[in-house]
Amino acid sequence: MMIISRFLRRGISTASTCATRRSWWDHVTPAPKDPIIAVTEAFLADPFPYKINLGVGAYRDDEGKPVVLQCVREAEGKIAASNFLESTSTAVSSKFVEESAKLIYGQDSNVIKERRFAGIPALSGTGACRLFAEFQKRFYPESRIYLPDPTWSNHRNIWRDVHVPDRTFRYYHPDSKSLNFVALMDDIKNAPDGSFFLLHPCAHNPTGVDPTNEQWREISSLFKAKNHFPFFDVAYQGFASGDVERDARAIRIFLEDGHSIGCAQSFAKNMGLYGHRVGCLSVLCNDKIQAMAIKGQLQQISNTMYGSPPIHGISLASKILSDPDIKAIWLKEVKVMATRIHRMRAILREALERLGSPLNWQHITNQVGMFCFSGLNRAEVYLLAKEFHIYMTPDGRISMAGVTTKNVDYLANSIHEVTTCDQDAKILHNTDAYRINTDIRFTSLGASKSRARGMNLSL
Amino acid sequence: MASSVLSLASATPSASLSFHGIHKGKSNLGGINKEKTNTFIKAKSFGRTSMVVASIVSRFEGITMAPPDPILGVSEAFKADNHELKLNLGVGAYRTEELQPYVLDVVKKADKLLLEKGENREYLPIEGLAAFNKVTAELLFGADNPVIKQQRVATVQGLSGTGSLRLAAALIERYFRGAKVLISSPTWGNHKNIFNDARVPWSEYRYYDPKTVGLDFEGMIADIKAAPKGSFILLHGCAHNPTGIDPTPEQWEIIADVIQEKNHVPFFDIAYQGFASGSLDADAASVRMFVARGMEVIAAQSYSKNLGLYAERIGAINVVCSSPEAAARVKSQLKRIARPMYSNPPVHGARIVADIVGDSTLFNEWNAEMEMMAGRIKNVRHKLFDSLSSKDKSGKDWSFVLKQIGMFSFTGLNKAQCDNMTNKWHVYMTKDGRISLAGLSLAKCEYLADAIIDSYHNVS
Repeated sequence: MMIISRFLRRGISTASTCATRRSWWDHVTPAPKDPIIAVTEAFLADPFPYKINLGVGAYRDDEGKPVVLQCVREAEGKIAASNFLESTSTAVSSKFVEESAKLIYGQDSNVIKERRFAGIPALSGTGACRLFAEFQKRFYPESRIYLPDPTWSNHRNIWRDVHVPDRTFRYYHPDSKSLNFVALMDDIKNAPDGSFFLLHPCAHNPTGVDPTNEQWREISSLFKAKNHFPFFDVAYQGFASGDVERDARAIRIFLEDGHSIGCAQSFAKNMGLYGHRVGCLSVLCNDKIQAMAIKGQLQQISNTMYGSPPIHGISLASKILSDPDIKAIWLKEVKVMATRIHRMRAILREALERLGSPLNWQHITNQVGMFCFSGLNRAEVYLLAKEFHIYMTPDGRISMAGVTTKNVDYLANSIHEVTTCDQDAKILHNTDAYRINTDIRFTSLGASKSRARGMNLSL
Repeated sequence: MASSVLSLASATPSASLSFHGIHKGKSNLGGINKEKTNTFIKAKSFGRTSMVVASIVSRFEGITMAPPDPILGVSEAFKADNHELKLNLGVGAYRTEELQPYVLDVVKKADKLLLEKGENREYLPIEGLAAFNKVTAELLFGADNPVIKQQRVATVQGLSGTGSLRLAAALIERYFRGAKVLISSPTWGNHKNIFNDARVPWSEYRYYDPKTVGLDFEGMIADIKAAPKGSFILLHGCAHNPTGIDPTPEQWEIIADVIQEKNHVPFFDIAYQGFASGSLDADAASVRMFVARGMEVIAAQSYSKNLGLYAERIGAINVVCSSPEAAARVKSQLKRIARPMYSNPPVHGARIVADIVGDSTLFNEWNAEMEMMAGRIKNVRHKLFDSLSSKDKSGKDWSFVLKQIGMFSFTGLNKAQCDNMTNKWHVYMTKDGRISLAGLSLAKCEYLADAIIDSYHNVS
């Protein structure tokens, strides 16, 4: 037992014996790396000049550079240093929450008019999900969360850390690389009445596969019949279609049906405010009074986690949403970002088809949003990193934001290589042995390595 | 809005739905929706015409209003008061002599420079901005401290003091299940909430002695000794909140002796480095002494007060370990806790601190402004003491006002007396008798002295 080992420790009086001293923290094991972040770390450590990072979903321009949106610069110019004042924080927060709610529920939504929502700023999408998970645990301690299979890897961590067990519902059809709608509806039906479900309203992460409006209507009806609670994680409003209103369709459909939903919004991607941690959690209620009660509870939860949210990002987002000129700029920029991604999808697919790939790459353009679920298996992903210095998460998720006109050909050629090389590599992808076997295959791929460098790399 | 919040709170006297108070015995929360019918009326929507839809009943029906935060509630009540002589001695946010909020000049400069640099806002790593983590540890422990040179400190950027404490609490819950945190009686109100929500058990050690309006040192030592071995002892590095009473250097040594003897872990909350005495180094003396003894120490930092960065939420959690390898492991686990809380911390405040501390001109300017702020508070203490001593003829010893340090003072007033302060004199303070000197101007010292003397002598 750990307690006993501590009794055996002797009191140490000098710092110089640190090497031999036993530590309080002896039993703390090193944490496994976060799979998404590990990709970027591996990328950064790679000296190859033509390396490509297709890991984190952070937008890049066609030069592969991070972008500070024009609307953000304008907003920044307009906010004075009075941001730092503790006294203005509440006012700024309230305004931000109001504007965020309008954005997702609709400017003229009844929910807004009747103030039937409890909203608080949150630490981006992660923070909003975490607040909701804590809230769910507090008031429905025995409940579970149903997550789509697959989903963003951090979702499981969030609900796990608040001790809410998770279940999955079928979502992605690996064969067709599209939505497995029949299975989805089945799983929703078979879940116990009144279950909590997490839904991606657009630009599903990691698959990019979204239900159609018709399918959303059917999902919403079934949710009503089953009395399920719909919790939406809105991380890409604007990124899916380029139009923020269109991307909110799923939520508007649920609202029309009278659901009282919960909603986590993130402004990390669509406003490029990644590092500022700007998000909002809202929970729809019966009335204003209940909304105030829930808001108070949510504030209590956030008070013990971080106090209040960081003001800078909220001020920017609030300005962008409330100043008509700046908002107009923003909406244009969102469209530009989404359009670039659409274009890259088309180009990548074309390139693969031009190479004569025997595989079907339709899903690249069918899928929506920042990510493409390529269908590449673990062995192929490993090879892409090891041999071609192209980095993505082990599930084959490609962040299209990392694809540019300059690297798309290299990417297509590399994918073509790994998907047409020795078939055995694919069979072994689930076993530990695959590493050894693919190492042997590297010698045969050595030739393609130089081929890779001789490829049509427009620099 | 504020008043309706308060009235609702009083209308629902049931305890707030804290972690411990979840609807025990009320088993039908989940069943509410089943009992009520699920029928609804749905009208067609015609463009913008809003539909009349009886919403599906919210499943959060039974949620009551949480009681207002006692500290923030004071500011709200103050705002609602229209009396011209009202005085807000509630929240610990620095105010100038004109009782205006204050943005440090050095912060304005750093912010402007950041704006000009126009850097990107990409995600920080989970552990935060590397430049910030480096300077914050150096600031606390001293750049030449062996623990830093030997890379034995796991530093992770946190969301001010609160967020940093929460990370540490989660670490304790995960790796020292059942171990208790001992907090001073009294302590900052949010400490116990943080540990409650992190599911870490806590108990109190005696600290404040109402008879002397000073430190109950014997009680403190006895309670620390009595705690089960391997407890975590939460200590305020300087400028104890809410009492303003700090142990003397000699007393700190004895506290360290006892903690070592009982194999406890010292857990420092340092929210006022530089603010207490005006000197960053002097205010870090207690932590540095523990570290110099070779102890493994946890230390949470906040830049809310000393850089006025309240709203940016910038702080850090530091765990001093006995080896660099242990520090690396601990850091990885802190990151693992942070990722499902907020993924990565906010960048703005971190950049400001890193730029200020990393630039010698800005750093010196900061030191000067901090001395000015701490100096104003010392002056106010003196003025208050003088006013009290000259106006009060009872012979009561008011010197504790001078002995206490930092933004806060424990006046020794009880709840009824505090109510009198508010109701009769329109002086807003927390009910534990705490006043925030940061909210007091020299001009108002006499008025405050009158209020205190009246409340102390005429109310019981």
